[in-house]
Amino acid sequence: MAFVRFMLDGQEYLAEEGAQLVAAAKDCGVYIPTLCNYPGVRPKGACRICTVLVNGIPHTACTTKVVEDMSVVTSTPELEAFRKSIVEILFAEGNHLCPICERSGNCELQALAYRYRMTVPQFPYLFPKRDVEAWHPKLIKDHNRCILCKRCIRGIFNEEGQAIFAFGKRGDRLIINIDPETSKDISDELAQQAMDICPVGAILRKGKGFDVPIGRRTYDQQPIGSEVAP
Amino acid sequence: MTSPEIIETIIARYQGDETRLMDILIDLQDELGHLSSETVVQIAAALKIPQVNVEQTVSFYHFFAREPRGVYTVYLNNSVVAYFRGAAEVAAAFEEAAQCRFGEVSADGVVGLFQTACIGMSDQEPSALINGHVFPRLTPQRARELVEGMRAGWTILELKGTGFGDGNNAHPLVRALVRNHIRVPGLTVFGEYHPGEAIAKVTQMSSGEVIATIKAASVRGRGGAGFPTGMKWEFARRATGEMKYIFCNADEGEPGTFKDRVILTERPQMVFEGMVIAAYAVGARQGILYVRNEYRYLHDYLESVLEDMRRRNLLGASIGGVPGFHFDVSIQFGAGAYVCGEESALIESAEGKRGEPRDRPPFPVEKGYLQQPTVVNNVETLCSVVQVMLKGTDWYNRMGTEQSKGTKVLSISGDCDRPGIYEVEWGFSVRDMLAMAGARDVQAVQVGGPSGACIAPGEFDRVLAYEDLATGGSLIIIGRHRDLLRDVVLNFTRFFREESCGACVPCRALTGMAQRILERIIDGKGRAEDVEHLKSWLGIMRYNRCGLGQTALHPITSTIKNFPHLYEERLDQSDPRFAPTFDLAAALEDYAAATGAGTE
Repeated sequence: MAFVRFMLDGQEYLAEEGAQLVAAAKDCGVYIPTLCNYPGVRPKGACRICTVLVNGIPHTACTTKVVEDMSVVTSTPELEAFRKSIVEILFAEGNHLCPICERSGNCELQALAYRYRMTVPQFPYLFPKRDVEAWHPKLIKDHNRCILCKRCIRGIFNEEGQAIFAFGKRGDRLIINIDPETSKDISDELAQQAMDICPVGAILRKGKGFDVPIGRRTYDQQPIGSEVAP
Repeated sequence: MTSPEIIETIIARYQGDETRLMDILIDLQDELGHLSSETVVQIAAALKIPQVNVEQTVSFYHFFAREPRGVYTVYLNNSVVAYFRGAAEVAAAFEEAAQCRFGEVSADGVVGLFQTACIGMSDQEPSALINGHVFPRLTPQRARELVEGMRAGWTILELKGTGFGDGNNAHPLVRALVRNHIRVPGLTVFGEYHPGEAIAKVTQMSSGEVIATIKAASVRGRGGAGFPTGMKWEFARRATGEMKYIFCNADEGEPGTFKDRVILTERPQMVFEGMVIAAYAVGARQGILYVRNEYRYLHDYLESVLEDMRRRNLLGASIGGVPGFHFDVSIQFGAGAYVCGEESALIESAEGKRGEPRDRPPFPVEKGYLQQPTVVNNVETLCSVVQVMLKGTDWYNRMGTEQSKGTKVLSISGDCDRPGIYEVEWGFSVRDMLAMAGARDVQAVQVGGPSGACIAPGEFDRVLAYEDLATGGSLIIIGRHRDLLRDVVLNFTRFFREESCGACVPCRALTGMAQRILERIIDGKGRAEDVEHLKSWLGIMRYNRCGLGQTALHPITSTIKNFPHLYEERLDQSDPRFAPTFDLAAALEDYAAATGAGTE
């Protein structure tokens, strides 16, 4: 393991060479917001919210590896405005009803909306007509809440290592499909993992109630990112 | 054969290799007419991959049909230039004759009518693809005759009749009604050329010398981005990998662009020869020509050219008699997705996946096709390479400007007398181009297609060059009488919404949102703040992963910049406290339908 020196918001730090920038920044006590990133899952710069300036050029921090002498700026007024826009766009693009969502309080999108003090999005609500898929014995896929971050696609595989989720279509018709065959015999544990990997409430387990009441959930206790930088 | 047998046969043709999924799907659709959900399940089982992964590819591409699309499937071009030339009247004639609407198949299942984005025939619109064959220069009368022929069960050749185009369009393996319209042949692509001479010369040099020559000539990518070709080759040459690949990007999907179609028709040997030179320089063994599906009518012809080059030892084993220099080219077709023109999306597509651009780094020169070092060059770039190697860097550098050497093949279309192909030296002014093409009373010129810029007459003295108006080579001329916002900007905006891969949030959502706001402005319900929002969204779009996403709002933002009055004069200037953007009737549509309210 080799350490490299890099600049993060004007301060010099050491990090393991090739470490993911999001994780390295976290180790240095600098919070870079993420949505489509999930520890242990191959990153795919989909949501763009972790965009930072690497040597002055915008890069998604989740797909960037730390190299010697790299200079990173994680926060500028423009980047912060951009991040708020991403959150607002996602709210306006789908149908998000926090008060009735099982994920409320544990939802990363909602938590980021609080962090960026979103009030009324400047973007036009699209109110798309989307389905709730409930045919699966263990899972519900609510496309209304799906932010298409691909975390389930990249992180959930059955015992044979086969994909369970995949994209369908493209553009604003993009959708995440569940494979009826490869998902047929998934365990309760895997179903729970699928629900947990979803940053919002788009994947839910059937026949399972709330464990923790609203008001006592993760982001009800402390704002998102405060575990990294208070 | 039954469907399962056909599926088995075709999958065996590709050794059950899931990276050949595009070929498998294209062949299967040829055989079965469409790719049903049942077929998807059978393909997945045969390839031993999840159904959702097959579905992911099938549902991404416009030309893959999930339902039957008729014995004869008509894809009528819905591009800006097609409408300029009367596509709406042709569409109406098709609908009336076929007795069905666009998006539907006639009740007897004979005629399917569908729309498609620019098919690379902007110099001979309105045009349509019928069962993969091009029917250009359509009129309402011709549309009615075609439908009559379909009802009578005519073959495609019978529907075409006679009157094949010039040059190789009339080749027995092409027999297309398409015309080349080469108005000005230049010295590079359409200059003097004898196949094989450049290979003979190059194989006397070292690979390092070849790259040095391309660098000295300052050859830059002709797809629009202008990356130095020699540098790209150098990176790929230095990269380590078990295999290296040369891709030729012939997926020209930028509306208004059709140069690659003409080059592939008249100069395919030159393109392949350029790939051989790239392979020699980089150390590649395999080449893939990725061609958009719209040009599938050239398939048999291009294969015959490859076969001929193999016979002449210009491809295959020990090319040009150089022991160990083995390189061959195969052809990969797309299936209708503009974004696949982006090099990493093109590679994904060639691997049988949805055409979603990759995160970079790593760049394709390090990890490209099948994770191996890959060079992706534009059709025209490869032609330039051949001539540079033959005629030398001095010859090449005498043409063009300081930063843009050589010539550029332009596709000119729209409101002018002589649409077609013009190969000119870089540095040509827009004004001179307009004069050459016979354009009068011009309101605007769309330079570089929808992703480029829409410029006003005040800027017509600007020149085509990487340092000024960088362009992949298309100029769409828009006459004074056009409604720029409705006829052009809205069409382009809709195009980008349709063609977004959907992976990045800003591109997926803002293209559709911008379309809504633009429609509102066109309908006279827009507000000044709507225009401000649209302008500010450009700053959000720049963080998208690929060029499509970064430029998808250019049609709007470049016209707000260059034609602000067109927006201002349409804005609603009434009391700002009242929100005309809220459409009460539309909001209550469901309610009205359910209750019957408001229907009297």
